[in-house]
Amino acid sequence: MSVASITETGQYLTFKLDEEVFALDISKVREVLDFTKVTKVPQTPEFMLGVINLRGSVMPVVDMRLKFGLSKTEPTVNTCIIIVEIELDGEITMLGALVDSVQEVMELDPDQIEPPPRIGTRLNTKFIKGMGKHGEGFLIIIDIDKVFSMDELAMAQEIGGEQLPLAETG
Amino acid sequence: MKDKHREAYREEAYELLAELEESLLALEQDPEDEELIGRVFRALHTIKGSGAMFGFEDIVAFTHEVETVFDQVRNGQVPVTKALVDLSLAARDEIRAMLDGGAPEDSLKKQEIMAAFRGLIPEAEMTAGPGPDPSPAGEETLGAGTPVTYRIRFRPAADIFLTGTNPLSLLHELRQLGEFNVVAQTEAIPFLTDINPEHCYTAWDIFLTTSRGLDAIADVFIFVADDSGLDIQVIDDGSGSAEDYKKLGEILVARGDLDESSLKRYLAQGPLIGEALLQEGLVSCDKVQSALVEQRHVRTVQRKKQEAEGAASLRVPAAKLDKLVDLVGELVTVQARLSQTAIDCNDPHLTSIAEEVERLTCDLRDNALNMRMLPIGTIFSKFQRLVRDLSAELGRKVDLITEGAETELDKTVLERLNDPLVHLLRNSIDHGIEPPEVRLQAGKPGHGKIRLTARHAGAQVIIQVQDDGGGLDHETIKAKAVQMGWLTPETEISDKELFNFIMSPGFSTAKEITSVSGRGVGMDVVKKAIEALQGSIEIDSQPGVGTAITIKLPLTLAIIEGLLVTIDHDFFVVPLSVVTECVELTREDVARAHGHKIAKVRDEIVPYVHLRERFDIEGRPPAIEQIVITEMNGNKVGLVVDQVIGEQQTVIKSLGRVYRSAAGISGATLLGDGTVALILDALQLVQGQQAGELIN
Repeated sequence: MSVASITETGQYLTFKLDEEVFALDISKVREVLDFTKVTKVPQTPEFMLGVINLRGSVMPVVDMRLKFGLSKTEPTVNTCIIIVEIELDGEITMLGALVDSVQEVMELDPDQIEPPPRIGTRLNTKFIKGMGKHGEGFLIIIDIDKVFSMDELAMAQEIGGEQLPLAETG
Repeated sequence: MKDKHREAYREEAYELLAELEESLLALEQDPEDEELIGRVFRALHTIKGSGAMFGFEDIVAFTHEVETVFDQVRNGQVPVTKALVDLSLAARDEIRAMLDGGAPEDSLKKQEIMAAFRGLIPEAEMTAGPGPDPSPAGEETLGAGTPVTYRIRFRPAADIFLTGTNPLSLLHELRQLGEFNVVAQTEAIPFLTDINPEHCYTAWDIFLTTSRGLDAIADVFIFVADDSGLDIQVIDDGSGSAEDYKKLGEILVARGDLDESSLKRYLAQGPLIGEALLQEGLVSCDKVQSALVEQRHVRTVQRKKQEAEGAASLRVPAAKLDKLVDLVGELVTVQARLSQTAIDCNDPHLTSIAEEVERLTCDLRDNALNMRMLPIGTIFSKFQRLVRDLSAELGRKVDLITEGAETELDKTVLERLNDPLVHLLRNSIDHGIEPPEVRLQAGKPGHGKIRLTARHAGAQVIIQVQDDGGGLDHETIKAKAVQMGWLTPETEISDKELFNFIMSPGFSTAKEITSVSGRGVGMDVVKKAIEALQGSIEIDSQPGVGTAITIKLPLTLAIIEGLLVTIDHDFFVVPLSVVTECVELTREDVARAHGHKIAKVRDEIVPYVHLRERFDIEGRPPAIEQIVITEMNGNKVGLVVDQVIGEQQTVIKSLGRVYRSAAGISGATLLGDGTVALILDALQLVQGQQAGELIN
């Protein structure tokens, strides 16, 4: 991964998981919702939280904390669902990402963004587009398409699609 | 813009080709049917005609050859033979290829077909060659849209019989041109004593509505026009409406049978002008009669035209229709919410509005879904060709009999039904129907029969493919099933269960089985496709008698009747089509079964799937659980849930790509309060359970 793909000043939506701040390209974000009741789809991996009713359509929601190896999200008043548009196999799909809190929309110049470190993050570096410098701290700019690439979800489905009852531990 | 028109032409041409094919196949059965020959000719003619308008020169040139031959066929100069039908079908495929833009210019095949068609034309015609068409296509298509009504006053010369012309045959010829009415004018006939039997005294007023143009009419009278009185006038150019045609008096004036001043005089006297005129003797009875017929004729034609316009269909892109159904689906959801709110508020005003909305929504839903319904005949007609070609290829003699072509099915279901049905028919011909010699030896008629039937049964459509072939071989299937480890040789198994094995994925690859007993090739694919449509498939077969494959499908995939149940706090919907009954499951029942997941329902043993366990839902089940008993493929299986809430109109929403293969869940729906309920795929759940138990 390089940051060569980021050449223009872009707008990013930042959100928090635990104490860490992440950033998402704003063009990928459709809207931000308050946490609502999520209906679990049985026999799917735990990070796939379930589905919600978004004005009449059924929208899958993924727990970003679980996805990134943190503990399960305990909903608080700040918990949000970011509806993102992702590209799956060349098809645009919408998906909800459950995060601890949404921070702000900010602009980052290309010179504020550095390539992801090879080590030192808990995250798989292929999910990271770059590291944004912001005041004292860092933002992890994530590549949302990669996070939800079909491979990732297919892996999830293999677990979920298994025909064995009780294959998954709750 | 031009591309758009060309696209429209293409679409029209595809339809015409389908009609052409259908007519040709029917013609093969009944080569004498003039109606069918006419249909073939018209289809060809229109393809050619509109092709010329949109610049498909290659199609025009090619179709011309075919059309020329069929013109001869129409005139009885060329007989309808199997060779002709074969050739025409090949030509139809070629035209289709040209439409698709796939055929290279002047391909060899095209040349061959054209040459073959030319060879069919009797020598004399050859010299004419593919010259300009006598009736220019563009004009014809234009004319076809606007039939014009003519008044033809034909007064044959008194000595018309001397020229050997029979005026009646002229009238007969006119009758062929279109909507036809005639009134004989007999006032010129003298008293019997004065009659010269070689003279014609009768004249005719003819009212003809035709789209063939004035020339066609003039052609009829071409040999008598010089001597006879002939007056052709357009009385209605097809633009008026039924009510505003001229009054009787006006007609008479227009014809010159009455002058305007006397008309005014009579009009002043009263409304029944016809009678008044007759009494006065001003106009003869024949003339009034003729005017009345004219009036009636024009009105009938116009009314027919209006009806035709009213009944005309509208082409709408399927995507728009899908969108409509989506919206209706959302409306149903909102309406459920409104009704719920109205009940909660206990406000009579709101309740009455909610009820009104409910009624309207219901109507709207039925209508919207109905729009997507297509008769299954649209795919049946394709199969005639398939069976014909395939049986010829495989050296079988097969008649395909279709029944219930008018049975309607949702468009999406229909589209996805095509491939499985093709597969089943192919199997029937390839493996089911024996070669003619074998059939004759077995004392069966040499022609095999495949019946393809469709009918409604409640909220389901039942489609059956039935052949009178050799049937399935029990022993071979059983041997194979044992070999695959699905059975032990001792296992007693019903035919139905045994036949289900041929739809198992592993089975299909077994080469030696397919060559011996037939079937099996890709039956698992068929089964999957049908199940994806929420349907089920069943095989019944008797050795030597034949095989019947029955497919049961839901009417629509968009909205189903469901049974709403809960487990813990989660809602689930079981499609009502598979539910037979609900019974209670108490702790004692569970204890009595000693750990087996089996319930006894009225002396019948019913295995069940405990959904709470299966779905890994935490919490304690209530003391009395409910078993929703489902029946699929003749097997009863229970689904254990906490509570059964009731029937529910269920608008099916896809779970999206992300959850595409979630096991046991086929979709989701929204409840009145906005909660998401998951729709259970009962069949998959049961199969999953079986697989799981086998492994354990």
